[in-house]
Amino acid sequence: MSPEVPSDQGLAAYNFAYLDEQTKRMIRRAILKAIAIPGYQVPFASREMPMPYGWGTGGVQVTASIIGPDDVLKVIDQGADDTTNAVSIRAFFQKVANVAVTTHTKEATIIQTRHRIPEQALSEGQVLVYQVPIPEPLRFLEPRETETRKMHALEEYGLMHVKLYEDIAHNGRISKTYAYPVKVAGRYVMDPSPTPKFDNPKMHMSDALQLFGAGREKRIYAIPPYTEVVSLDFEDHPFEIQRFDKPCALCGAENVYLDEVILDDKGGRMFVCSDTDHCEDRREHGHAGEMLARQEAAE
Amino acid sequence: MTDAPLLKVNAVSKFYGQRIGCKEVSFDLWPGEVLAIVGESGSGKTTLLNCISTRLLPTTGSVEYTMRDGSVRDLYHMSEAERRFLMRTDWGFVHQNPADGLRMTVSAGANVGERLMAVGNRHYGNIRATASDWLTRVEISKDRIDDAPRAFSGGMRQRLQIARNLVTGPRLVFMDEPTGGLDVSVQARLLDLVRGLVNDLGLSAIIVTHDLAVARLLSHRMMVMKDGHVIEHGLTDRVLDDPREPYTQLLVSSILQV
Amino acid sequence: MATSLVVSEVFKSFTMHLRDGIKLPVVKDVNFSVASGECIVLGGPSGIGKSSILKMLYGNYAVDAGQILVSHHGRIVDIATADPRTVLDVRRHTLGYVSQFLRTVPRVSALDVVAEPLVARGVVAEEARQSASALLSQLNLPKELWGLPPATFSGGEQQRVNIARGFITDHSILLLDEPTASLDARNRRVVVEMIAEKKQKGVALLGIFHDEEVREAVAGRILDVMQFSPRKAAA
Repeated sequence: MSPEVPSDQGLAAYNFAYLDEQTKRMIRRAILKAIAIPGYQVPFASREMPMPYGWGTGGVQVTASIIGPDDVLKVIDQGADDTTNAVSIRAFFQKVANVAVTTHTKEATIIQTRHRIPEQALSEGQVLVYQVPIPEPLRFLEPRETETRKMHALEEYGLMHVKLYEDIAHNGRISKTYAYPVKVAGRYVMDPSPTPKFDNPKMHMSDALQLFGAGREKRIYAIPPYTEVVSLDFEDHPFEIQRFDKPCALCGAENVYLDEVILDDKGGRMFVCSDTDHCEDRREHGHAGEMLARQEAAE
Repeated sequence: MTDAPLLKVNAVSKFYGQRIGCKEVSFDLWPGEVLAIVGESGSGKTTLLNCISTRLLPTTGSVEYTMRDGSVRDLYHMSEAERRFLMRTDWGFVHQNPADGLRMTVSAGANVGERLMAVGNRHYGNIRATASDWLTRVEISKDRIDDAPRAFSGGMRQRLQIARNLVTGPRLVFMDEPTGGLDVSVQARLLDLVRGLVNDLGLSAIIVTHDLAVARLLSHRMMVMKDGHVIEHGLTDRVLDDPREPYTQLLVSSILQV
Repeated sequence: MATSLVVSEVFKSFTMHLRDGIKLPVVKDVNFSVASGECIVLGGPSGIGKSSILKMLYGNYAVDAGQILVSHHGRIVDIATADPRTVLDVRRHTLGYVSQFLRTVPRVSALDVVAEPLVARGVVAEEARQSASALLSQLNLPKELWGLPPATFSGGEQQRVNIARGFITDHSILLLDEPTASLDARNRRVVVEMIAEKKQKGVALLGIFHDEEVREAVAGRILDVMQFSPRKAAA
């Protein structure tokens, strides 16, 4: 990753990866600080991007600041490489940075994600960039930003459990299934962006660097590789991830996060991998789920 | 009689520019003692309460507090982290308006349980059992534990606020007009409840009120404030039965006899 | 016999600031003492300052000058100058007061009202209730009333609750402000017996009794308050 591009490469007419170098430096400083203080929300001067807030402006700015000509970029939206948000962000970086792109998790050096962590375990050297809508985990119960910052500073996190208590009181269990709060490196409580809690264990001691960018809220935070990430819970209501009754209907994978797909208007439906790359890869290697097997039998 | 005072207030003054909030107030508060601060609105009693409870920084003066381990600390020279910890464990603060002291959007159980979770209690069942016990103690039916205070009457909200404050077994409770916005019959019930809790738990309390009947029923000792100064100070029944200062006599003679 | 209470050169007046600061003298140069096991009755016409003297001794009224010395936990405390905390401690352990009227507390049962002074001194609630029951039956208070708050009781019933509350502890000094005022003959006799018991236990009693029969029965000595009246001196 060396984003400094010599002007004689014909790229001088515009900035590599859209942002000017000063901005990228500012963001990199924020990222370095975030890595130094795992889970701490570092304010940064978020720029206007050529897309609306909510489309991943935070993640895009982080990616733009760390990407270099040799990087290979993968972009996913809810696990899929082929939905609007993923396609347009991938196209954006192809255009403004002329980088190689891929859908294969293993090949990517940078993976920008909206709300999923790939099923394929990440490896050292990879960077996962999250798009974050609301970085403040305490906001639900304490709307004052001055107060929540103080609570982070003084490590007053009782309120986080109040939220979980409410969940159990009203639903009999912790019903929060996404954006499930975690404690990073035993210090800061962090909102992992609206990823399903199924993915929370993957953040723990990950080989990859995880960066979080919130454009509208102007915050960057990070989990360095090999950092402890613990999901909050109660002793008598321990943290649990979602379980699925059936394997993926297409590739037969178990212990992966599944999406429900409606097949017809007669109640027909199937559950398939949310991670499209993982699913395709498995099918290429000859795995077949129930639905695929039935189709093949029909042909 | 040989123990140390819980709180030592030394010459606390608060000025708002030229205006006096409270001036040169000194007193000791002993364990198990209930002190009432009375006076009309604007007399500086709430300013004084806020200064002592470190919600407001005084212009001059100091307040010493005897911690649970027996060490004596100057409240204004504690770190913010220590002070906040003290406030949510060893102290309580009951606001006149329960909405200021409660989380109105979360259930009664969570309101009571919050302080427990804040000090590291991580067992849902235990937290809930304690919350339920406290609701009973403040005469709120257990089946309301999952209702938000929004659905409660004013008197219930105030009782909930008291439970929320007492759950960590504080030694000192500050109350700012605790019966302020309540109907007379609801007031009586609340006062009786507070009186019982203070006796049972051996709490020390500082109660700001303009209602002399509240002071008579709850306090051992009272201070009368006027224009930011403490003008009379003594045993509650002494001050009420034999008021010495002109202003105190006026206050006492202004009580409606029913 | 040990002296439990010494009143020396006490002066008291009220200054009525709301009425142009006029000064109402109440008593002057009050001097007397009460020994352990003795019952002194304050005598004299009403309005002469008998109740005021009791209130000063109990700390309800401040005094202008003089000393009120009580022997408390083996040391001498001057009620006239003691700080509120000391006065409260003296009241809790040494100095009891039975007033004419019961200050009723809402929602607390008669039994608990009576037991409270013991509980305040650290006696286990159940034990305190037993002592309270014994006193209430001695005073012939119908058992059905014990569990009810006394606010709705008749004057005589409230009075008996009040007496029981005042007599339940082993305070070494008891101040009695017309405790028999609204009692019938039978219960008056009970109170007389109770006072006699207290005397036997070495309690120093100081009281106001308008009922002649009771006064005759309990008074070791009658102290004429007239002699302390500032009005007499002026005349």
